[in-house]
Amino acid sequence: MSNNLIVERERSLVELERRIAELREASAAQPLDMSSEIAALEEKYQLILRELFGTLSPWEKVHMARHPNRPTSLDYIARFDRFDELHGDRHFRDDPSIVGGLGTLRARNVMILGQQRGRDTKENLHRNFGMPAPEGYRKATRLARLASRLQLPIVTFVDTKGADPGISSEEHAQSEAIAMCLQAFSTATVPIVATIVGEGGSGGALALAIADFVIMLEHSTYSVASPEGCAAILWSDASKAEEAAAHLKLTADDLYRFGIVDQILPEPLGGAHRNARDVVTRTLDAVEAALSPLAALTPEMLLDHRYRKYRRLGEWQAEGLEPVRTAR
Amino acid sequence: MWTKCPKCGEVLYRRDLAANLFVCTRCDYHFRMKAYDRIASIVDGEFTELGADVLPGDPLDWSDRRSYPAKLKSDRERSGLSESVVCGLGSLGGRRIALGVMDFHFRGGTMGQVTGERITLLLEEARREHVPCIIFAASGGARMEEGMLALMQLAKTTAAVSRFMAEGNFYVVVLTDPTSGGVSASFAFQADVIVAESKAMIGFAGRRVIEQTIRQRLPDQFQTAEFLLEKGAIDMVVERADLKGTLVRLLEYAAHE
Repeated sequence: MSNNLIVERERSLVELERRIAELREASAAQPLDMSSEIAALEEKYQLILRELFGTLSPWEKVHMARHPNRPTSLDYIARFDRFDELHGDRHFRDDPSIVGGLGTLRARNVMILGQQRGRDTKENLHRNFGMPAPEGYRKATRLARLASRLQLPIVTFVDTKGADPGISSEEHAQSEAIAMCLQAFSTATVPIVATIVGEGGSGGALALAIADFVIMLEHSTYSVASPEGCAAILWSDASKAEEAAAHLKLTADDLYRFGIVDQILPEPLGGAHRNARDVVTRTLDAVEAALSPLAALTPEMLLDHRYRKYRRLGEWQAEGLEPVRTAR
Repeated sequence: MWTKCPKCGEVLYRRDLAANLFVCTRCDYHFRMKAYDRIASIVDGEFTELGADVLPGDPLDWSDRRSYPAKLKSDRERSGLSESVVCGLGSLGGRRIALGVMDFHFRGGTMGQVTGERITLLLEEARREHVPCIIFAASGGARMEEGMLALMQLAKTTAAVSRFMAEGNFYVVVLTDPTSGGVSASFAFQADVIVAESKAMIGFAGRRVIEQTIRQRLPDQFQTAEFLLEKGAIDMVVERADLKGTLVRLLEYAAHE
């Protein structure tokens, strides 16, 4: 049993996938032409696929973003030309829920950072379900500063429910760790390109997502709090997460409309894991395309551009309830 | 007229309570202060507000049990505030300062777009005038009803703090009860000096969230100002009565003359 809606829904496809595969095998083994039967089944398969995944509600997207087979940060990092992982916060320990290091993307040297969740229970325990502790953010801060010193663009992959909310994280000043990471990204004198590859939850996600260009996969989500967290905060009932997801405007389309996301990357029907190789290739293409024009800017221009980009984000109304206007 | 102390049950005459900076005269319980009471307790005389004409809208068209505009309206009526922060310029100990005061009575001190905008305006003005900036934090975090636009205020205020501090300006934050979430994880913990009011609850995750995660009750002193001081997260814990004097002393070190 899975508690993932998408995984559950995929079960109904398994039988059909098996029949198509069997028919293919049989067809190859004997002279009988079964291509029309196979084509009919495949057409039916595509129809069901479209029915199941053609339009996804915000809550379904939350589950898609959490799908156990969805490509994670390391799947993207594996496709860089090189990657040399750097470890630790230099104070206390290495946090495996944030992976970072030096790498090369199509002949360009970069600093890579990404939140990393696990695919199974064992890996999730090791990676703390992709919820970074202060040590993870301190590693990210350290590497972001190193990137500025070496003039290496920063490439990040965002995939976390949120920062770890445990006792040890509080004792080690989680707030300070995130606040400093935000500051390091805000003041980095090199281009930053962030991609929301899975779930972007709250300040713990934003810590790796202050960027000059933000890419988001079509079915990723990015929200002020996880739907469960939002429901707990507003209604003291985490089980109302589906309702919260409907309110939060956490889809790529919503965030593109708000100007928080600069580009949406389409996913295959049924989600990124159905053709992970292609999704990773197109993502890295998009990252490279975003980096090129940014590389031409001076540090002063970059900082100014980044300041104005975030300065703009906010709408309000003036006294007397005039129409909503946008910030300078 | 009368207010009951939630800690010891003592019934206090409101005027006495105000004269004692909203600290219970019997048990020393620190009541959560309203923004204008706090400002009056800190600045020497006049206070010129900044960004008061910037008012919250409803960018997500949010409605759950009540619509977001309806929630804002009732908070406005109850607290007498138009947002969760009041910002402006005044003087403290004879020195001009930029002062921002958050108020938990308005939407639990949550940070919406206008909260972020007012704090940014304050930091930009302080930078222009090259004066110290003091912010009193009190917040439940980013405001759900403004979604990602609220979360983006962490990025916006961080950028403003960074610019302000880069030019040799002095930035002090006073953490008051309670401060957590997106506010503690952004401009609050970026200050040069972090002061906390005695017994204030301060953390990243809320107490309830942690207890649900670990499935056990937390000790009472967990996440108190005193706990954070011991863990090395803040510079000092100060009683409310000593706060103004402490701030005046701190400002003297950053006089630049």
